[in-house]
Amino acid sequence: MTELSKLTIAAARDALRKGDVTSLELTESCLSDIDSAGALNAFVHNTPDVAREQAKAADDRIKGGDAPAMCGIPLGIKDLFCTKGVASQAASGILNGFKPEYESTVTQNLFDAGAVMLGKLNMDEFAMGSSNETSVYGNAVNPWKVDDRQLTPGGSSGGSASAVAADLCLAATGTDTGGSIRQPAAFTGITGIKPTYGRCSRWGIVAFASSLDQAGPMTKDVRDAAIMLEAMCGHDPKDSTSADIPVPNFEAMLTGDIKGKVIGIPREYRMDGMPDEIEKLWADGTAMLKDAGAEIRDISLPHTKYALPAYYVIAPAEASSNLARYDGVRYGHRAKLEQGDGITEMYEKTRAEGFGDEVKRRVMVGTYVLSAGFYDAYYNRARKVRTLIKRDFEQVFADGVDAILTPATPSAAFGLGEMTDADPVQMYLNDVFTVTVNLAGLPGISVPAGVDKQGLHLGLQRIGRPSEEGDLLNTAYALEQAAGFVAKPEKWW
Amino acid sequence: MSIDKDTAAKVAKLARIRVEDDALPALAQEFNDILGFIEQLAEVDVEGVEPMTGVTPMRLKRREDVVTEGGMADKVLSNAPDAREGFFAVPKVVE
Repeated sequence: MTELSKLTIAAARDALRKGDVTSLELTESCLSDIDSAGALNAFVHNTPDVAREQAKAADDRIKGGDAPAMCGIPLGIKDLFCTKGVASQAASGILNGFKPEYESTVTQNLFDAGAVMLGKLNMDEFAMGSSNETSVYGNAVNPWKVDDRQLTPGGSSGGSASAVAADLCLAATGTDTGGSIRQPAAFTGITGIKPTYGRCSRWGIVAFASSLDQAGPMTKDVRDAAIMLEAMCGHDPKDSTSADIPVPNFEAMLTGDIKGKVIGIPREYRMDGMPDEIEKLWADGTAMLKDAGAEIRDISLPHTKYALPAYYVIAPAEASSNLARYDGVRYGHRAKLEQGDGITEMYEKTRAEGFGDEVKRRVMVGTYVLSAGFYDAYYNRARKVRTLIKRDFEQVFADGVDAILTPATPSAAFGLGEMTDADPVQMYLNDVFTVTVNLAGLPGISVPAGVDKQGLHLGLQRIGRPSEEGDLLNTAYALEQAAGFVAKPEKWW
Repeated sequence: MSIDKDTAAKVAKLARIRVEDDALPALAQEFNDILGFIEQLAEVDVEGVEPMTGVTPMRLKRREDVVTEGGMADKVLSNAPDAREGFFAVPKVVE
């Protein structure tokens, strides 16, 4: 492992501006680390030529002065983002060979700011999964290890998490529909923020569940999350749900001063059978915020229990609609047809061959809950419950709570393959603490805060008021300073 | 409510995903596991609650109904498994 790829965005930015290092040097360092990290299976499409070209352009721009903070920073891009002329498959066989003719708004924003793309990152197929085990590229692997087992980096942004934790890139893009940034960030000891719904344009990001999907940065620390988030967000006329509100300088809001802030501790997140270690981490995090001057308040979010079942109606319903476009006509895979096969056979065979099991399962569950006779009982009921879940949050914010502190995940990273025989619902429980945030459209951030008795990372989640990512990042920054987490995985790959 | 093999077959058909007959019982079981979990929603009192249509309060923007980008049929077709003479090609639909 080279030293340059270990840099944070902030440190690299400062070194680039001082002329101590060039973007091309940073980029070459990352490319060489990626080459020797095949065992992690984090990068699945490498783009060294694009990277070198962008790095040279960035170096010219930096020499010219007044380059933005992200200029020259080498990044990994989740495979869910469409990148012009570069394979963008959402880790699915059905998009085999797809090379978009356009660039997603988020990646375009990053490139406009001078960022460098090293390649595309592994993920769960169509972002459906919590362990990166549903990918057509095979499992991504967590760089952290405590015994002989290979551990999951979490999902769906598993490749992003693995790559950032292993220092293959300075930071990565992720997306989060039910916890897909925050859960893998927690499993790999990095920082991940899902901004308020509408902050980042969804244009050009392969859609899973459009009312829940949001992009966000996955970084080595909170400062980097602030820097990169600012470059990613902004209003986009091409996404009708994009928020037309000013983007502040998030980094400037990191003062670490949280005196007088009211932090809510929701009693419903204390679940039956929660491991003692998670309980302790949560209590420790609460104490740290209190020591930093925050006021701690017990709060209630009464409909929490129903968030996961509501999510598993709404997300599959939207997915069944969004994924109807994969029909073997416009892009990607088309099944070989037999003599006499018509268009229905083409659809059915193409989708059976192209989609993996979890995607098929969710598309069919979504089809069922939207079908005549069940729409009211399932889909409409779930949308009403979603209204109640959002109302729970509105109530506590109206009562003066500034941010909510919860565990990020119900456990530390588990071994790859350990959940294979469990029923699908067991895997869904990974999202129990994160999914409420998507349903309510709020910003949420996961920051590493401790280790379990095996030495595996545990993350704490902060949930903030809508569109107040700056304040949320500052609370996370205060916790990061107090937790003092600096460990790096030992290289075995 | 329990999903049987026939219902699973019907859902697969609606979703346009081919599922072989011998895979249907296992699929029906998975549906039952998932729907059993979802059933909890029936406990919630939703009387008088509006179903959510948008998570953030926003009025969708309006714009002139004009072509903003176009004239790029070749790019649109460039990823098609089968494209001919400026069209997507599919198996015969009408006799």
